Amino acid sequence: MSAASVLSSSPSPSSAGRLSLMQAAFVVARRDFLAILLSKAFILFLLGPLLFVGISAAGGSAATRAADSVAPPRLAVTLANAGERAAFSQAHARLNQLVSLPPITAIEDDRTIDQLLTDKSGNFAGVLSGSLAKPTLNGTGASIASWRGEVALMAAQASSTVAGQVSFQSGQIPDVALSPRESSGAAQRRGNLQTATAAITMLFLLSMLLAGMVLTNLVEEKGNKIIEILAASIPMDAVFLGKLFAMLAVSFVGITVWATVGVALAAVAPGSIPTPSAPAIGWPLFAALFLVYFAMAYLLIGSVFLTVGAMAPTVRDVQTLSMPATILQVLVFFMASFAVADAGGPVETAAIAFPLSSPYVMLARSAQFDTLWWHGAAIAYQLLWVALFVRVGASLFRRKVMQSGPAKSRRRFLRRKAA
Amino acid sequence: MNSALSQASTMSNDTLPQNTVVTGPVPGPLAIEAKGLVKRFDGVAAVNGVDISVPQGAIYGILGPNGAGKTTTLRMLLGIIDPDEGVRRVFSHERPHDIGRMIGYLPEERGLYPSMKSVDAIAFMGALRGVPHHEGRQRGRELMKAHGLGHAIEKQIRQLSKGMAQTVQLLGTLVHRPRLVVLDEPFSGLDAINQGKLEQMIRALADDGVTVIFSTHVIHHAERLCEGVAIIAGGKVPYAGSVDEARDRIPAQVKLETRIGEGAWREALPYNAEHETKSATGGDSTHFWHFPLPSTGIEMLLRALIEGGAGILSLSIERAGLHDAFVEIAGEAAARAMEADAEGAAK
Repeated sequence: MSAASVLSSSPSPSSAGRLSLMQAAFVVARRDFLAILLSKAFILFLLGPLLFVGISAAGGSAATRAADSVAPPRLAVTLANAGERAAFSQAHARLNQLVSLPPITAIEDDRTIDQLLTDKSGNFAGVLSGSLAKPTLNGTGASIASWRGEVALMAAQASSTVAGQVSFQSGQIPDVALSPRESSGAAQRRGNLQTATAAITMLFLLSMLLAGMVLTNLVEEKGNKIIEILAASIPMDAVFLGKLFAMLAVSFVGITVWATVGVALAAVAPGSIPTPSAPAIGWPLFAALFLVYFAMAYLLIGSVFLTVGAMAPTVRDVQTLSMPATILQVLVFFMASFAVADAGGPVETAAIAFPLSSPYVMLARSAQFDTLWWHGAAIAYQLLWVALFVRVGASLFRRKVMQSGPAKSRRRFLRRKAA
Repeated sequence: MNSALSQASTMSNDTLPQNTVVTGPVPGPLAIEAKGLVKRFDGVAAVNGVDISVPQGAIYGILGPNGAGKTTTLRMLLGIIDPDEGVRRVFSHERPHDIGRMIGYLPEERGLYPSMKSVDAIAFMGALRGVPHHEGRQRGRELMKAHGLGHAIEKQIRQLSKGMAQTVQLLGTLVHRPRLVVLDEPFSGLDAINQGKLEQMIRALADDGVTVIFSTHVIHHAERLCEGVAIIAGGKVPYAGSVDEARDRIPAQVKLETRIGEGAWREALPYNAEHETKSATGGDSTHFWHFPLPSTGIEMLLRALIEGGAGILSLSIERAGLHDAFVEIAGEAAARAMEADAEGAAK
């Protein structure tokens, strides 16, 4: 076949019109997805969890600190005799001036021990029942064991003030019985908090890694000068969407691989993978929300990175301009971490309203609280911001990248100065 | 085609700027129609009132030195950037993206993914214009074989020579069989052999009814290929029309050689005719005359020379080239800048 005959073949049947936005985005996404999947960078991406292990340790430490920063767990006092309860409270007040004691709450209603332990608002790590003579500490093993001596001290002090109503000799230290329970509200709350912090750490690391990869991809595109071909062929919105979703798809492949390896390891060697406390909404929903909020967090920060990359005229400028975006991402992470320890507070409210930190805080909420409706609202809110970020980014890209004017005007300026 | 181009536009004359040369209305559809395009960057006008009309099926050149506004004009015509002022229509559509499948574009700065296989690069560029991936690969194979690149079909772009990579990109520009092909400085970076092949390819496209518009700062490419040209200088278009008309703006040059230097016949020559005398052995002299063809025509001149006994040794008439027309239209400075660009590109 000659060159001319190939060129002069009959025109394509679909020789007019254009690809729809989603079709065009799919073409870009497919190219990027395959190119990344077959690249060495993807191998490094899959090995990323090793990095996570190291940083998770730091995240765990942060989680512990966050857990420690919340109100200390309390001891609920449900001694059967009202006078003994009052005496125990007085003894606590007196002794607390001398030694550090766990905060207590005298329970005057008829709630059961289990109800008290599962009441997260009360933050009870243990419940003191029985009598001053025969006190029993109920709660999770670790908490009640650490409080045993302090409770005995307070009971002995209280008994000395309740003259004639105690059945043991004044000054005799009572033997505190322990009644361990599987979980308490406080322990659950601490566990949830640790799960929340670990989850947002994961979210942060993943989205930062991916946003960086999107930027690298755009830098490569600028270096290859292919961006003008894309701009001439399809709407710039499609280029943005294609690039964003290609990387999202890549990340889902990675998450699937990691999850499969994790499940396999757990099946082969039970206990080899540390399991955090179950989140408030349960694991299946939490996993689903993790994926959704991860997608939102990535799409938002990815849009920012793409916009930064689009506005930079040279590869060097891209790298320089990405620094503030990276710092912004780290600030968002710290803001979200702080908000987790301030559930319901103004910082958390602000972090939910701020689009970049919203996915982090809402994911943390799903670990801490079992309410579902607000996730629907948050996802809708975040989707609006994603659409806005992509729109603005594409618009800036079209205006800032596809021009040749500034270089010329700079040259003229230099010439003028030289003259 | 030239006749169509000589009547380059269907626009009404009262809508056209004064610096545009358009001669009368024309029948026949236009591939590209632009009126008063203006584009400013940071307050500086890169393009300042460009008017272009390109008939369907024409080979059309945009001539001008670097920085004249050629690329910005092409980007506006293709919808890559929007003009600040003015209107553009491509196949009667004001939004070129709406008819993206009819357009092929080769940018000045060539771009391909280095890790992509050649055939996939062509298929990808086809996919951007609506050709299904598998079909794009099939067409890519055929095109590469037809252009002597059969051995490189499965090679990565980074493994190809620069010329081969440029050919692959050009084939990617054509894989969806566009009806309008826009080439920005297509000859830049090609050696003489590949420039010749590219010229052949452009002619083959035009033979098939495809409209080809290309920018260049090398006049002889435009002179050899184009029926119509737009000359851009300083962001403006002082001339848009047929190559013939551009050349006809300058009178043909007469070169005359006579034995006699003086006589009544001298009155038939323009007053500014260049005259040079060369002495020969034996005291005889030969007189050389160089002047624009008088408006009265060649017959009157010949009669005066013969009847006046000028002793004609030789007489020739040379039609002005596009380069002369460019100098006349855009000015000496623009022509010198373009020659410098061409020399720079050649080096």
